[in-house]
Amino acid sequence: MNIVVCVKYVPDAQAERTFNASDNTTDRENVDGLLSELDEYAVEAALKLVEAGEGEVTVVTVGPDQAADAIKKALQMGADKGVHVKDDAIHGSDAIATSLVLAEAIKKIGSPDLVVTGMASTDGTMGVVPTMLAERLGLPAVTYASELTVDGAKATIRRDGDVSTQTIEATLPALISVTDQINEPRYPSFKGIMAAKKKPVEEWSLADLGVEAGQVGLDAAWTKVEAFAARPPRSQGEIVTDEGDGGKKLAEFLASRKFI
Amino acid sequence: MARPPAPTAPLELFGTDALIGEEDRAIRDTVRRFVEDRIRPEIGEWYDTGSLPARDLAKELGQLGVLGMHLEGYGCAGTSGTAYGLACMELEAGDSGLRSLVSVQGSLAMFAIWKHGSEEQKQEWLPRMAAGEAIGCFGLTEPDFGSNPAGMRTRARRDGDDWVLTGNKMWITNGSVADVAVVWAQTDDRIRGFVVPTDTPGFSAPEIKRKLSLRASVTSELVLDEVRLPGSAVLPEVAGLSGPLSCLNEARYGIVFGALGAARDCLETTIRYAQDRQIFDRSLASYQLTQAKLADMTLELGKGMLLALHLGRLKDEERLAPEQVSLGKLNNVREAIAIARECRTILGAAGITTEYPVMRHANNLESVLTYEGTSEVHQLVIGKAVTGEAAFR
Ligand SMILES: Cc1cc2nc3c(=O)[nH]c(=O)nc-3n(C[C@H](O)[C@H](O)[C@H](O)COP(=O)(O)OP(=O)(O)OC[C@H]3O[C@@H](n4cnc5c(N)ncnc54)[C@H](O)[C@@H]3O)c2cc1C
Repeated sequence: MNIVVCVKYVPDAQAERTFNASDNTTDRENVDGLLSELDEYAVEAALKLVEAGEGEVTVVTVGPDQAADAIKKALQMGADKGVHVKDDAIHGSDAIATSLVLAEAIKKIGSPDLVVTGMASTDGTMGVVPTMLAERLGLPAVTYASELTVDGAKATIRRDGDVSTQTIEATLPALISVTDQINEPRYPSFKGIMAAKKKPVEEWSLADLGVEAGQVGLDAAWTKVEAFAARPPRSQGEIVTDEGDGGKKLAEFLASRKFI
Repeated sequence: MARPPAPTAPLELFGTDALIGEEDRAIRDTVRRFVEDRIRPEIGEWYDTGSLPARDLAKELGQLGVLGMHLEGYGCAGTSGTAYGLACMELEAGDSGLRSLVSVQGSLAMFAIWKHGSEEQKQEWLPRMAAGEAIGCFGLTEPDFGSNPAGMRTRARRDGDDWVLTGNKMWITNGSVADVAVVWAQTDDRIRGFVVPTDTPGFSAPEIKRKLSLRASVTSELVLDEVRLPGSAVLPEVAGLSGPLSCLNEARYGIVFGALGAARDCLETTIRYAQDRQIFDRSLASYQLTQAKLADMTLELGKGMLLALHLGRLKDEERLAPEQVSLGKLNNVREAIAIARECRTILGAAGITTEYPVMRHANNLESVLTYEGTSEVHQLVIGKAVTGEAAFR
């Protein structure tokens, strides 16, 4: 089984994240980045499937130069090869354009049996790319999988909702997005780290994919950040002196905030 | 008002990351994450109760590739020596007991077999030890012979083709959980090493309790009561004290980095604490006396790191001399324990429990100061190197 995993390079959530003052896009230059944690689950899910049978895991990312780190991390975990789509024109792309570029890249990679993604990125957290991508590729999309099994040409997932748990089947090829409940992503082993640098990584531009620069980027985006401002610092909490009625006041406060 | 500049971590100030190759950094970061996820939440409890889930941990460490990581072949990862040092540093930032488990497994037991063993011994033990499925220990020290192992009383006598071992080893890390013990014994001729499966009749390893240091580490006595081994159990490639000493040199090298991990954890914890702790009307970190302490500790940590990385480079170039390892072990453990103790003063009473890692590290470092050659022994090694006179005896 050949699997393509889409991975995203995101600013480290531990660091102070911000936007570029010039065009209101996410600042990826001045912040350390990494493979989106939610995508680690997708990589792990793909590796498990391939290890149980045979085939290859290819990771694909769309992003600036530093996004190569996200590919490297996936290769260190055990993926077989990487594809990095980078092009200055992609800067500022929205989910619609990103899904277009990813779809063309996946077509160029070949016809995978499965496309696996995380459920959302940890920076944008929109979670719409998987279904857009499935639509563009003409694949069934089964999303938010917290369990995944593949038997022959059939994939079965479990999706945990608030009120029900669903079991959903799809015939391969298919696109699956996975949640952070599906597995425990492995640490890259030292052998994996040392092997990663010998694994092939291809770099493709928009021209390589037959995508026009005008179809992507900030100018083509359907949504734009108009303005941004830092969240105001938290205001000082209220101190209530206990005059025998502290418990009552506490309960009133919690009730007023709808905690009880 | 402009925000004050974000504080810089002590080692960041030295820019030492720039001296570390990308692959070595990736390995270090992986171990750091493992320690954060797996060790830090549990270690206070393990230390308190004097226990360590050694078997489970060995398997997890094996999966990561830590065990015997800098050895080539037989299922070992074959990393650089610098990567091995950096891994020790991260493990010891968790706890010296964890690093001890790894040092003894990889640098003492596995290294002895890898360097001095027969092909069959290597095939039998190394892959399982690298995977953490088999645990090893290393028996050199005896109740009456620590710094002077040449006087050891454990005897190996020939009986036909067999060897028969009798004697006692003391302070043996991993002893009670080991599947295999590398035991050094005096023969009619010279000191030889033996690969002893711990289920051999006559072998037992009672655990040493009531320790106040390295509580999250298994320390044992080895009792060898007429332990009969086949002729093939001896390490064929070495005779004399140079055998065990070659292994100790490997483990000591790991400690040069490891001790700094404990010191870094103490210092980082203490800086955070001092920033949060309000005394009179200001943070403890804003007082000059506190800053003087923090600055001096930062300096020693960074100097130690530069020394460690320098020794790492020499090791990777295969130019590292034992006396140079002594320089690193002496300095870095001595400074690490000084840092741990000084940090404890800044934490005040909060520093004396396992709620914070500081006193745990300080207590652990008492063992680290003593094992793998005491500070005094390393002073004697360096003294001999610079005077040409041996003053050991
Ligand atoms: C937690 C722990 C784990 C250990 N694990 C192992 C293990 O796995 N395998 C193993 O073989 N051993 C192990 N050891 C033993 C360790 O290596 C010895 O404790 C060490 O070699 C010192 O020996 P000793 O304790 O007998 O001290 P001694 O040798 O008795 O030393 C006592 C004091 O005398 C000083 N001294 C010794 N000789 C001289 C001299 N010539 N001049 C001046 N001063 C001198 C020493 O520096 C020290 O201060 C472990 C020890 C500890 C505490």
